[in-house]
Amino acid sequence: MSEQYVRLIKSKRVQICLFIILSFIFMALFADLISPYDPLETDLSKSCKPPSIEHLLGTDELGRDILSRIIYGSRLTLTISFLATALGAVTGIFFGVVSGYFGGAVDTIIQRITEILLALPGFLLAIMFVAIMGSSLWTVIISVSISIIPSFIRMVRGLTLQVRELEYVLAAKQLGVNNVKIMFKHIIPNVSPTIIAQITLNLGTSILFASGLGFLGIGVPPPAPEWGTMLGTGRAYIFYAPHLIISPGLSIFLLVLSFNIIGDRLGEIIASK
Amino acid sequence: MEPVLSALKYFFYRLLTLAITLVGLVTLIFILIRSIPGDPARVLAGMMASEEDVNLIREQLGLNQPIYIQYFIYLKNLFTFNLGVSFRTDSPVINEIMARLPNTLLLAVTSTCLAVILGVPLGVIAASRKGGKLDLLLSTFSIAGISLPIYWLGLILILIFSVEFRLLPAGGSGTPLHLILPTVTIALYLMAFIVKITKASVIDSMEKNYVITAKSKGLSERTILYRHVLKNALIPVVTIVGLQFGALLGGAVITETIFAWPGLGRLIVDSINSRDYPMVQGSIFIFALLYALVNLATDILYTLIDPRVRLK
Repeated sequence: MSEQYVRLIKSKRVQICLFIILSFIFMALFADLISPYDPLETDLSKSCKPPSIEHLLGTDELGRDILSRIIYGSRLTLTISFLATALGAVTGIFFGVVSGYFGGAVDTIIQRITEILLALPGFLLAIMFVAIMGSSLWTVIISVSISIIPSFIRMVRGLTLQVRELEYVLAAKQLGVNNVKIMFKHIIPNVSPTIIAQITLNLGTSILFASGLGFLGIGVPPPAPEWGTMLGTGRAYIFYAPHLIISPGLSIFLLVLSFNIIGDRLGEIIASK
Repeated sequence: MEPVLSALKYFFYRLLTLAITLVGLVTLIFILIRSIPGDPARVLAGMMASEEDVNLIREQLGLNQPIYIQYFIYLKNLFTFNLGVSFRTDSPVINEIMARLPNTLLLAVTSTCLAVILGVPLGVIAASRKGGKLDLLLSTFSIAGISLPIYWLGLILILIFSVEFRLLPAGGSGTPLHLILPTVTIALYLMAFIVKITKASVIDSMEKNYVITAKSKGLSERTILYRHVLKNALIPVVTIVGLQFGALLGGAVITETIFAWPGLGRLIVDSINSRDYPMVQGSIFIFALLYALVNLATDILYTLIDPRVRLK
């Protein structure tokens, strides 16, 4: 199993992507030290100034330094991405393995609920939940995580069905190992590479969803420097201050692309085994 | 007679499960919408309204009824496509949806066509040059396309074609010109996806036994690819295009907002912001119905193309 990760790390593309992700994580951790300005400090006399030596990425409609907002924004984006994916993955894996392992009525109930959640495209589901809970950092995290739960349930259930009847699981059962231990000590570790590939892809998707909500004006509310929210407000100034939308969008793109390339490569390695 | 019968049976089975799922979804929506903070009667009445006015509006909207009666009325109405009256415009929800729906579908159809026309051949090319420079280029394009936030892509396209070169309108609808930017925005994502799937599927089929047989008969790779492989390899692509219709609808919410396109997606966002419950419920219901029907159609199409698929 670890051999797969060694192969992953050896790929040049993956190394570049890891570098990009680590840079954003670095920015998020040390935002207070490296950010040139206060991301919330407004100065209307400097509104919508194009990039210059003073403000490397220019200023926004309220005269705030865009570079500082991008740096602080990485905190929000990464927090949402990691927490939403973790929450969605843990919930999805739990119900998926329970559904696949026990079968019967439990399986039927979980599957019907999954189908109901899948009856709406993920992004619409997220929109619906944000609409209900009102927009804040936490509601965005919860909404995005709910929208990725059904796909995890589906996948983990399928994987569980595949390994449920394998000898070592049957043997453990015969030996009287309890069900919880079999599910979490024997089944989940066995299918973890596939799950990890899916988690990596979802880190990217959850950024797209969360920033998409921000863009529509129902994500993390202003003045927080969330990249999608920055795009949504910058949109109004597109005709005379296009630099407002360049850097937030580019940041989203780079981060999502990096997660997707790594997830994709991991998927390929698992499939070629 | 037997296969036709089993096909019919399958069809009805699928319709039944579809109906159950939809009832589940509308129940979920009903519960969720009712738990949205904010009183629609008060929003509608405005800031200055008196308590009596608010109560009057609440009565008119049926909001004073017990919640389970509201639910049963709501279910009964859904089945008859009576989706209620918009809180905001006072006109029947179904009329507003029907006025917007063709716009959303038009965009979905044009972008799907564009994506398929370009994406399938590019995927086949990538597969036939597997490992080559062109393949690398196409794979990179494909993964970049999937990672592009469509809200950003839309803005960049506006920046280039409307602001910089002044070739195309930045928003609105009415002429074929208005259709171009939103179509390209959605199609690029879908196309990136189709390239990836087509490539994987063609490569997969090239390793099948019948291809090895054909090769040993001395047929050229080209002949095998176009005569034998393509037909089989395109089956999963059909399914994926069908399933991606959901992403298309989700994307419609964003694309329609960027380009001020008068479709169902923008209607949902506007209705959420103004707490127009019947409108939100109605449009999400129609979205889910559409999504389910397209998935069903995909399934049926799939069985028609591929006789090996067994119906159960």
